[in-house]
Amino acid sequence: MIIKKLLTRNSGLIQPSEITDQKIYLSRRKFIGTATRASAAIAAGMVMPGLLRNSHAATSLSVKKLSNIRKSALSTQEPQTPYGDVTIYNNFYEFGTDKDQPAQHAHSLKTRPWTVVVEGEIKRPKTYDIDTLLKLAPLEERIYRLRCVEGWSMVIPWIGFPLSALIKQVEPTANAKFIEFTTLHDPKQMPGQRSGVLEWPYVEGLRIDEAMHPLAILAVGLYGEVLPNQNGAPIRLVVPWKYGFKSIKSIVKIRFIEKATASSWMKAGPHEYGYFANVNPAVDHPRWSQAKERRIGEFLKRDTLPFNGYADQVADMYAGLDLNRFF
Amino acid sequence: MQHMQYSPAIKGALFFACLIPLGRLVWFGLHNQLGTNPIEFITHSTGTWTLNFLLITLCITPLRQLSGWSWLIKLRRMVGLYAFFYACLHFITYIWLDQFFDVAAIIKDVIKRPFITVGFAAFILLIPLALTSTHAMLKKLGGKRWQSLHRLIYLIAILGVLHFWWLVKKDITEPLIYAVILASLLGYRVINSNSR
Repeated sequence: MIIKKLLTRNSGLIQPSEITDQKIYLSRRKFIGTATRASAAIAAGMVMPGLLRNSHAATSLSVKKLSNIRKSALSTQEPQTPYGDVTIYNNFYEFGTDKDQPAQHAHSLKTRPWTVVVEGEIKRPKTYDIDTLLKLAPLEERIYRLRCVEGWSMVIPWIGFPLSALIKQVEPTANAKFIEFTTLHDPKQMPGQRSGVLEWPYVEGLRIDEAMHPLAILAVGLYGEVLPNQNGAPIRLVVPWKYGFKSIKSIVKIRFIEKATASSWMKAGPHEYGYFANVNPAVDHPRWSQAKERRIGEFLKRDTLPFNGYADQVADMYAGLDLNRFF
Repeated sequence: MQHMQYSPAIKGALFFACLIPLGRLVWFGLHNQLGTNPIEFITHSTGTWTLNFLLITLCITPLRQLSGWSWLIKLRRMVGLYAFFYACLHFITYIWLDQFFDVAAIIKDVIKRPFITVGFAAFILLIPLALTSTHAMLKKLGGKRWQSLHRLIYLIAILGVLHFWWLVKKDITEPLIYAVILASLLGYRVINSNSR
């Protein structure tokens, strides 16, 4: 019945991406299977299919496929969150504070021409054209967990390349201890910036060793396609062991610095958001618990894992650091 | 202004109108329209409608006095009970769908999270008001005592708005709107009682 609904809903609005992408189709089928089993297992009242599965079909504006993508051993095997959810449930305050507003408003963002200024404590400062950046390193698929500080999570097949590839090319000096990333600031393209909800432009940062970590990537796509605007086109950071807000979107500047600067969320709530923002079930947000999370598409909450399940790869970087203080 | 007359049909129509927010949720649920995070959607919707009904309840006295439509008082109990009804749905959503009866986590939440503490307190305080909403209970308690008990609604509404205010991550536009409306409804009563 659910499948029938899926097929009949949105008829006439079907995008080429929906028809051709077998991966999405398969992941949906897998998802519906999971949802069906879960609803069978859960007592009465859970009969409403809407409780367990997403309502939105894939409606991508950009159907541009990326080619020559390598698989990566760093990818997770977990079921992927459907494309329709990944591209409609977004926190991107530059386009509004509601989850569905980025998908509604991000069409006003122009991703060409686009340049990224790389400057600061480096030997080769340079302004990169986005199309040059796209060819900087071989593109890889990285299927990562994403844990939002709000308590929900997804599994997303990003396309990108290691941030370290760019860092090596610009040759940081000995003074380069931190990297500051900046999002585009243009209220005409980003209507949410007319509100004072955050200090604009959005700024984020990483310690240089974090930035050099193989898991940290610059993403330019997802689900094999060019990144939709609402997901941070044309280029964004993805650091899967940190809360989602660290993974800054629509980057225009990467600056190498000696002393860390405060990120946008640190300025907005110094007691609530720290510089590291590593996923940590033991350190609660002052207003809500971080012990559990709701994986989008699942009914029961699951336990949140230290460093979002990447502790084996990244915990060494924080040895000796009091994670209660440096949250 | 036309002098609007009371008819039982108004009450009947309002009874069904008050069920629309619930009907909408059920409809969305059956048609896969609850969005990417359905449980969050249900939690927010039932919470919003609890606040809406609380504020509508508080509108009735000023509206009655300003319009002269004394029959509006006949609708107040029903609207107030709907506030309690949506509060129950909100509470059930939290303990069932959100926490899935994880009693330890719920207790911890109520103690540690101020926004849940005040929301929980508001819900508990609504219970005696719902239980004493009948005519028989009004008679049993006596008008004066009944009235002072039911003045708890002011505190409940304040706690409810605070609950909303403290839970939003950053954008306080919506809770601010509720706070302004509540402040004017309470302010009206202060001014009214002083001028009498």
